[in-house]
Amino acid sequence: MKKILVPIKMVLDANMRPRVKTDGSGIDLSGMKLSINPFCEIAVEEAVRLKEKGLAEEIIVISIGTAKAQDVLRQAMAMGADRARLIETDQPIEPLTAAKLIRFVAEEEKPDLIILGKQAVDDDCNQTGQMLAALLDWPQATFASALKMEADTLHVTREVDGGHQTLAMPLPAVVTTDLRLNEPRHCSLPNIMKARKKALDITPVSVCGVNIETRLNVLNVKSPEPRKPGRRVADANELVTELRTAGVI
Amino acid sequence: MTILILADHDGHSLNDATARAVSAARYMGDAIHILVAGENVGPVAQAAAHVSGVDKVLVADDPTLAHLLAEPVAELLIELSKDYTAVIAAATSIGKDILPRVAARRDVMQVSDITRVIAADTFERPIYAGNAIETVKSSDAFKVVTIRSSAFDASPQTTTAAPEENISLPSKAWKAHFVSEELTKSERPELTSARIVISGGRGLGSAQAFQTVLTPLAERLHAAIGASRAAVDAGYAPNDLQVGQTGKIVAPELYLAIGISGAIQHLAGMKDSKVIVAINKDPDAPIFNVADFGLVGDLFTVVPELVNILG
Ligand SMILES: Cc1cc2nc3c(=O)[nH]c(=O)nc-3n(C[C@H](O)[C@H](O)[C@H](O)COP(=O)(O)OP(=O)(O)OC[C@H]3O[C@@H](n4cnc5c(N)ncnc54)[C@H](O)[C@@H]3O)c2cc1C
Repeated sequence: MKKILVPIKMVLDANMRPRVKTDGSGIDLSGMKLSINPFCEIAVEEAVRLKEKGLAEEIIVISIGTAKAQDVLRQAMAMGADRARLIETDQPIEPLTAAKLIRFVAEEEKPDLIILGKQAVDDDCNQTGQMLAALLDWPQATFASALKMEADTLHVTREVDGGHQTLAMPLPAVVTTDLRLNEPRHCSLPNIMKARKKALDITPVSVCGVNIETRLNVLNVKSPEPRKPGRRVADANELVTELRTAGVI
Repeated sequence: MTILILADHDGHSLNDATARAVSAARYMGDAIHILVAGENVGPVAQAAAHVSGVDKVLVADDPTLAHLLAEPVAELLIELSKDYTAVIAAATSIGKDILPRVAARRDVMQVSDITRVIAADTFERPIYAGNAIETVKSSDAFKVVTIRSSAFDASPQTTTAAPEENISLPSKAWKAHFVSEELTKSERPELTSARIVISGGRGLGSAQAFQTVLTPLAERLHAAIGASRAAVDAGYAPNDLQVGQTGKIVAPELYLAIGISGAIQHLAGMKDSKVIVAINKDPDAPIFNVADFGLVGDLFTVVPELVNILG
């Protein structure tokens, strides 16, 4: 294949504890560490491995967001992506809109494969890849844990509720990544330096011809109900007694 | 205001998650139809017809639908959806795979993984691995929604069956094809519907210990077995046992976390359990913050003791 497109999202770092704003309007991201969504990082890694195996010629990463999202695009290029595109906007973008914007780029770039994370760990929606596949009328393989090319056919093993399932499909196709697909590499300093010189093209969202108005109106964001404080038990005997008293065993 | 639910099944039996989706749908509309798609799905359709609250079962029996692949099932739902106000499914690997395709083609923004229906257009759903709950109101006239099964009780069985209607699949050339599947076979109850879940983490140390330590306890308690991501990654347990933000979400009567530290991504999958027990040798492990009963100790002595006491 010639081109792989990898859409990536910048999110609150997975090791950070989100703070709910006291006015209920959302999550306070000010001063918090933002990183590439872990599933997107796996998607970049998989694309780079396909290229290293000689199965792809060019990897283009794309992100939708503010100028700050350039950081994750540079990181992806340090991992091995060839060039980057930022669809710039300071508005919140829902998965349906993201899928339409990525379709806009896909129509320009004409990739053979689009690999993206199965979900972003901020909104936990798990939608964009499937929506994109539907809009492009391409086949999809979600929750991928292994991927290989056999002649012109893509074979993808998926993590499903009962175990694993393998699908075969022609290109172009959309693949969404699960955690066990690979372990992303660390970027070396020389590669980070090299990534600074790679092309990063910025497109204002306004020229994409996509209505970015949100469809879901967020009425409120709150912290979950805290659990009642528990207590320590001394040993197995006391534990069993407590569980019997609670009527759960 | 008729709602269409996509039935989740394995080709033989109806997943209990579907009956839970029926409970959620009852808050969203006044009539409920279920689509059972697949090959030789007569028994599944029968089971769906006996779920209380279901008014009609649509049966699409076709070899192409055998593994509920996204393209044909989504196409079927898109075609049918014109007669409904909402299409919903349990947020299982099948529902999550298929429904966003329907939403995109109908140009609506899906509401994923809801835990509460406030009104037919307003829902609660967890975000940030369950560290926050958002209330969203959909402005789309037609709705596509997936349901977090653990948040809804299963609609009970009835003796009177809802009528069935056979429908046919639109003919089209589907691009993705099924090759094979390896399904985990287990003697244990199914993780997401079990009353008691015993989960093991990296603390178990090996695949062998995972089995020999946890299985006797699970047998005594008739419990399902779950695992942390670290335990799955290390090969102690198969992937379908993973509990958490990116695995299965469970809310049993009793959840035992054994040798699990309690990372937020793990808590996301179990912190709505009724009673939580943590067994961990590290007194500062974060799992103790959500545990009703915490036992600081070596799991390799504590768990066999529990087995002994339970006889
Ligand atoms: C994007 C993303 C998604 C994720 N999704 C999930 C998910 O869905 N589910 C999930 O579980 N994780 C998930 N994780 C991983 C999560 O962050 C943790 O790494 C993982 O849950 C740790 O598993 P663990 O508790 O088994 O291992 P550890 O954190 O290594 O904890 C092992 C525990 O065992 C205890 N222990 C060791 N030996 C003994 C002994 N002999 N007796 C008693 N206690 C002992 C230790 O004290 C320690 O607390 C995700 C991470 C990311 C970044």
